[in-house]
Amino acid sequence: MSAQSSSHPHPTIARRKIAEALFKVLGLCSLAIGVGTLVLLFGALVFQGITRIDWQFLMSFPSRHAAQAGILPAWVGSTLIMLVTAVVGVPLGVAASIYLEEYARRTWMTELIEVTVTNLAGVPSIIYGLLALGLFVYILGLGENILVAGLTLALLILPVVIVTTREAIRAIPVEIREAAYALGATKWQTVAHHVLPYSSAGILTGIILALSRAIGETAPIVTIGALTFIAFLPPAPITTHPPYVSFDWLLSPFTVMPIQMFGWVSRPGEDFAGNAAAAGVLLVVMTLTMNGAAIYLRYRMRKQVTW
Amino acid sequence: MSKSIVVMQEAIRIKKPDAIAEAATRRRTRQRREGAIEGGLFLAALTSVAATVTIIAVLLSESIGFFRTVPLKDFFTDTLWTPLFANPHYGILPLLAGTLVTSGVGLLVAIPLGTVAAIYLSEFSSSRVREVMKPTLELLGAVPTVVYGYFALIVVTPALQHLWPDLPGFNMLGPGIVIGIMIMPFVISLSEDAMRAVPMVLREGSYAMGATRLQTAWRVVVPAATSGLVAAYVLGISRAVGETMVVAIAAGQNPNLTWNPLEPAATITAYIVQVALGDLPHGSIGYQSIFAAGLVLAVMTFAFNILGHMMRKRFREVY
Repeated sequence: MSAQSSSHPHPTIARRKIAEALFKVLGLCSLAIGVGTLVLLFGALVFQGITRIDWQFLMSFPSRHAAQAGILPAWVGSTLIMLVTAVVGVPLGVAASIYLEEYARRTWMTELIEVTVTNLAGVPSIIYGLLALGLFVYILGLGENILVAGLTLALLILPVVIVTTREAIRAIPVEIREAAYALGATKWQTVAHHVLPYSSAGILTGIILALSRAIGETAPIVTIGALTFIAFLPPAPITTHPPYVSFDWLLSPFTVMPIQMFGWVSRPGEDFAGNAAAAGVLLVVMTLTMNGAAIYLRYRMRKQVTW
Repeated sequence: MSKSIVVMQEAIRIKKPDAIAEAATRRRTRQRREGAIEGGLFLAALTSVAATVTIIAVLLSESIGFFRTVPLKDFFTDTLWTPLFANPHYGILPLLAGTLVTSGVGLLVAIPLGTVAAIYLSEFSSSRVREVMKPTLELLGAVPTVVYGYFALIVVTPALQHLWPDLPGFNMLGPGIVIGIMIMPFVISLSEDAMRAVPMVLREGSYAMGATRLQTAWRVVVPAATSGLVAAYVLGISRAVGETMVVAIAAGQNPNLTWNPLEPAATITAYIVQVALGDLPHGSIGYQSIFAAGLVLAVMTFAFNILGHMMRKRFREVY
């Protein structure tokens, strides 16, 4: 269209209007391709997989027979790994953001930290897998288990948590801090009693987005030996005899939802494609729900908070 | 702070040495606690530096072992990549070609569509449309990559086989297109930011001269936002190059030195996944080869990321 208008130095207004209308159609089409893909993708998954989703699918172990296979170890593994990831990644990320926003002076060290955060956000996830394989599995000798997977994903979400938390903290006006200081609060009291509570909705949004990314990650988990065929559950975290809490599950072999789906996609045969689609439906529903919640939270926040 | 000062003043007034000492101790404790908290927060912030350093160290140390066996010249000139065969060849070119072809197809999809969509959202659409479209695009970027891999294999490739009946089940075109759609939201979001940063007065000046919206968008806003747009593309390339699951599922697993997207070929990322799925002993050449491949990938993405962020900074500083 630009070629059209530039090749005629004096185009009529009508022609310009046509060009403009055409561009609008083009713009809408590009957006429609994006949205249409989302619909088509979900439609294809549901079409192939919906019949496989039932109670038996959720509560069964993988099997050589597609019709009997289920995703019990996968969703249990995903849940436990998300627990480790959240417990490690969230405090680390929030603490790092508080340091960068509230404490850090403009030194080369701060500059270095900021550059590495930006860089980590762009590192392909498979590289995190290599990091985990080299560091956690071989150098530290932690083995291939739920703990290592959780730590790996915690590192992966760190930049996401830091970026969103910093944004949330930055949105708190400086007057709030000055008022706290004027009343004699120390720096940490100001942060803990005022800055953090007021930015908590924004931080929560970031945490949900980060975890929704972690739950769908496949590549970094593949390298640390996630198995697609696991016929047992990790030991229960709560036991019947004292001390009633057990952390043995941290060292258990594992599988997760995206790995289970990957395993089924790679197997030849229509039956397993159905299983893969069913696992895909659950995965997409999970991540889209988490993202939807985060988007809604952010929307409400923008509407309510006026400083 | 005020409380302790009051206590201290009180102590001085009634000349009670115990109270003075107590207030001083309390202040010292508080200062120590504040210092400890700041130290802890600083350590948390250092994690990102530590992670970056460890990534580089792990990749380098395992790659050094690899390059002790494989001369650099072979690595960059050999046209075969068969580290696990009896007669091993270690040429990265086939994997690199696979990576570049799938990313190239992805960019051919993502850059035109993403740019047009971003211009539309930033310059043409009503704020209502924008409010709906931006979160929807965000959802598109949130779908797990393994699901996109399934989509490429089960939906896109069979659809393409209607156009090219002899297209193999594994090929680079289908996953390339899917990668393009995957990185589109990312490109749109960054491009729109860049165009939003163009000051309104430039547009108003253009409208005052009688230009239409399209002319203004194309001849004023886009040129003014060029470095931001290029930054969006460069960061998009970095994403496409590092994409793993889509190509591991749908592009095939055989290293194949070809520039034809209709053929199957393994990418760097797909090779790492393929090897990692098997059980390679620590220290073997196969094990080291995934770190050497990872090093090439990391260098490429680092370079694109640094370039992209430098350009992004530039467009921020102009106005």
